[in-house]
Amino acid sequence: MRFLRLLTTFVRVGVLGELAYRANFFFQLLESLIELGTALAGLAIVFSYTASLGGWRPDEVVALVGVYFLAGGCIRLLIQPSMQQLIESVRDGTLDFILTKPEDAQVLASIQRVEIWKLADVALGLAVIGVALVRMGSRIDAVRALQFAAALVAGGVIVYSFWLILATLAFWFVRVENILVIFQSMYDAGRWPVGLYPGWLRFALTFLVPVTFAVTVPAEALAGRLGWLTLLGAGGLAVGLFVASRLLWRAGLRHYSGASA
Amino acid sequence: MNGMVELYRQQFRTTIAVQLQYRAALVIWLIGQVLGPLVTLSVWTAVSASGGGQAGGYTPADFAAYYIVLMIVNQLTFTWIMFELEYRVRHGSMSMALLRPVHPIHSDIADNVAFKLLTFPLILVAAAVIALGFHPAFHFSAWSTVAFLPAVFLAFLVRFLMEWTLALAAFWTTRVSAVNQIYFVVSLFLSGQIAPLSLLPRGVQAAGMILPFRWTVGFPVELLLGKLSFPQALEGMAAQVAWLGLCLLLLRLVWRAGVRTYGAVGA
Repeated sequence: MRFLRLLTTFVRVGVLGELAYRANFFFQLLESLIELGTALAGLAIVFSYTASLGGWRPDEVVALVGVYFLAGGCIRLLIQPSMQQLIESVRDGTLDFILTKPEDAQVLASIQRVEIWKLADVALGLAVIGVALVRMGSRIDAVRALQFAAALVAGGVIVYSFWLILATLAFWFVRVENILVIFQSMYDAGRWPVGLYPGWLRFALTFLVPVTFAVTVPAEALAGRLGWLTLLGAGGLAVGLFVASRLLWRAGLRHYSGASA
Repeated sequence: MNGMVELYRQQFRTTIAVQLQYRAALVIWLIGQVLGPLVTLSVWTAVSASGGGQAGGYTPADFAAYYIVLMIVNQLTFTWIMFELEYRVRHGSMSMALLRPVHPIHSDIADNVAFKLLTFPLILVAAAVIALGFHPAFHFSAWSTVAFLPAVFLAFLVRFLMEWTLALAAFWTTRVSAVNQIYFVVSLFLSGQIAPLSLLPRGVQAAGMILPFRWTVGFPVELLLGKLSFPQALEGMAAQVAWLGLCLLLLRLVWRAGVRTYGAVGA
């Protein structure tokens, strides 16, 4: 509960800060729409030559693109901005201000910045998923919806823990922004089912940069093809990574001595 | 003339020294540069596998050859000037460039070529690795291999001048990222990156013949892979030369107007 109250406070501050730049919303929306149009046009070209792509039917890949936008939007809305801020504040010493506050420092560090305009991606992603589901004509029963929600949450926790681990490395190596650029360029590969890629790239996209869990696994749930075993694995990995990132965070804090203060 | 040679030599040395300082950034750049073609290649390999071994006349081996050559041509012709110029205008360092007695495009050309000399071996290694995984089939012919060299050189010139001119949009607006994005999307489809142009709908192909994008990437690739007849090759080079002339003209006009508008923000 306390966490939710903190989160709403930070979201409110983020909204107030950004409302001064309302034109940004339209530019963000324009860019997101262009990106979505590009992805869908690419699909149209590919599916003019085949009826199914690695076992995925056209509408299922459209749903995947929706999940790609939804998950990417959530990451850029909530996770990425705070983590970038965290890395920067380790470098310039402003992390001290977070540590002195009477709340859990990891919580504060993880919600300190919200990029509110990325909601455009989230909304577009949801709309695309909706359209894809209608076209698939499949009834979304409770089980499938539950699987999708669980896969999405597990994917979110995995990505968050992954980012936190990378950001925490800043306590030792200071300059880690570069690794984050790799995440962005690899996330782009999530726009297609990862099953299409050669084994080593699939491995990298699953375990080095968890794009598979953020996009492909939830999309498989929508397509009704997600096995319980995979979901269980995703859940297990989410819990494991979350605990690991927490432990690493505490070790990192002990190592932190303040850069400028 | 001597001064110009000296300028290029100095810029070469500076660029190489700077890039060698940021080796990690080079590796990250390489990942981005390789991942794009690799993803599209994987998709088309799956498409042609499910379409009875070919799609639009391309077998998986043809797609592999196409995307490997595309990656190399793209590496030879790409620029990052659209981000760079925007940064310079926004931070005011453009003012310094304007004070110099030579046109700033010269140091940009030297910077670009030096970066490519440095990174070309990396791309070749990446190409070899992809070739190991995807088994490309190359059918080179003597004349098209020879013709490839001037074609890729012209492609570089056209793309550089075009993107340099477009980057000057930064003189008028601080929101160039929308302009850039539209440019990249159009170029994604028309330059042959999302698929070989012959696989796209007819209308898009026709637009590709008229607009400059195909001539900066797709044309040299198709030429080297032996997809074009001799008259088509000549036609393509004529288009390249025409676009080169047009870009030079536009560059002069836009540059003059832009410098007049430039408000030296932050300087």
